[in-house]
Amino acid sequence: MNGSGNDKERMYLNMGPSHPAMHGTVRILVELEGEKIVNSDVEIGYLHRGFEKMAENSTYNQVVPYTDRLNYVSPLINNVGYVMAVEKLLGIEVPERCKYIRTIMSEISRITDHLTCIAAAAAELGALTVFFYFMKAREYLWELIEATTGARLTTSYTRIGGVVRDLPENFMDGVKKAFEKVREAIYEVDRLLTRNRIFLDRTKGVGVIKAEEAIEYGFTGPCLRATGVNYDVRKAQPYLIYKEVDFDIPLGTNGDTFDRYIVRLEEMHQSMRIVEQALEKIPSGPIAVDSPDIFLPPKDKVYTNIEALMSHFKLIMEGVKVPPGEVYFAVEGANGELGFYIVSDGSGKPYRVRVRPPCFAIMQAFSRLIKGHMVADVIPVFGSINMIGGEIDR
Amino acid sequence: MNEKEFPVVKLKEKFTDEIIGEDYFRGDTTVIVKKERIKEILSFLKNDEQLRFNFLMDLTCVDYLGKKSERFEVVYHLYSLGNNWRIRIKVPVSEEDPTVDSVTDIWIGANWFEREVYDMFGIFFKGHPDLRRILLYPEFEGHPLRKDYPVKKRQPLVGPSDWKE
Repeated sequence: MNGSGNDKERMYLNMGPSHPAMHGTVRILVELEGEKIVNSDVEIGYLHRGFEKMAENSTYNQVVPYTDRLNYVSPLINNVGYVMAVEKLLGIEVPERCKYIRTIMSEISRITDHLTCIAAAAAELGALTVFFYFMKAREYLWELIEATTGARLTTSYTRIGGVVRDLPENFMDGVKKAFEKVREAIYEVDRLLTRNRIFLDRTKGVGVIKAEEAIEYGFTGPCLRATGVNYDVRKAQPYLIYKEVDFDIPLGTNGDTFDRYIVRLEEMHQSMRIVEQALEKIPSGPIAVDSPDIFLPPKDKVYTNIEALMSHFKLIMEGVKVPPGEVYFAVEGANGELGFYIVSDGSGKPYRVRVRPPCFAIMQAFSRLIKGHMVADVIPVFGSINMIGGEIDR
Repeated sequence: MNEKEFPVVKLKEKFTDEIIGEDYFRGDTTVIVKKERIKEILSFLKNDEQLRFNFLMDLTCVDYLGKKSERFEVVYHLYSLGNNWRIRIKVPVSEEDPTVDSVTDIWIGANWFEREVYDMFGIFFKGHPDLRRILLYPEFEGHPLRKDYPVKKRQPLVGPSDWKE
């Protein structure tokens, strides 16, 4: 195939939607001059399920399982973000213990997400050991998540006004043990990658973006912080208990693939700090609001008490009645600002649910990030962006 | 005057005739503006020394079929990093003339967001460099997030199309 208006031969290469060196279903068409990328186009949508349309036809609580499938590497953050947006619309506050539980679970999810991102990116660069170390570490965290929520991936842990179950017994010991393993793995990987000549050559100065340009594109999360911009929703607009715990926001300087890696690595340490502080301070008490028109009454009451049976019936058949209005609420997802824009018309079903997927904004800069680089550089840049098909395509 | 009202007052000073309404609900600030000068308004919000709404966080649309006189509302969520403020700008768009000026030359990142709104709602963005479907395939008929698009409607999957010459 000849490129138009140019004497040099150009080759067009399809990477994806299914490609052995890529994770996630996305199609990247690159136009090559030799091995140099002169142009590229990204095609997304392979995992489109119509989340927003489905949400309009479900009650508020029925949307929670759909949110699991957005960013399926950190489903708990999506669960929390969605219900908090609805709670903002309702104008209610959840009990303290519930806030702590939500924070703990969100941060554990953030660690699993970063572990997956670095593991996959490193494996694609040939560092398969890193993949095994991190997948093993992630397994310990998923055991914790499974013990708490009953599922590894499809957690559906939150409800409007609370969470489904309390933390299991000896959760604290479990966390202690799991974090020990995670810290060990991070230490090992740090030694394996951070000063590794091959890894440095392939990531330093590759996929560079400057702060101003990243803001123009709508970057958030680790990819924005790698450029040196200090923006984290947890600090800028603290929700849950992020005001009460002490943690730092790691920042990069160059905005390249290596900085994105190092920011993620450090963020895992900060997340562990948050979980440990939260577990020390966690108060006892209820895990959901005591309001029968919002949160389901306990099952034993439903079977023995007519009032509880009635509110159970009404909640299941009609859903939570949310006052008319609209809100936008954002949480810090693993990839950046995960925003929910919910419009209510006063019925039990949302009139419109819009998700602002963080990697959508980042992925649209992908063509710009790889332009002028070699075709092999597509792999580390793509890995560092951490595009999640379920989130970008919804 | 608190920080929620300050951007609205500034906007009113500059664009008196363009503002249709304002709303403060659960801590969110909303301004409804006419669509004719939307580019100027957003550009003002972004570049004004005191406001500096430099992030276009989200761009989406809501279909108010049979609920409002103008069927669609295009919604912009802006964020100011320097001030740590958020604002929501809404633009009513009629069914007969579903067009809005594209803001891709203000924020380059508006590109995909506008393509998605076009894909899902059939709103045309004037001046967009590459307005084609993004999540669905080119042969798809209709715009699925419109309220009159049936939930259970099925469309045949077509094979891969010639994407680019």
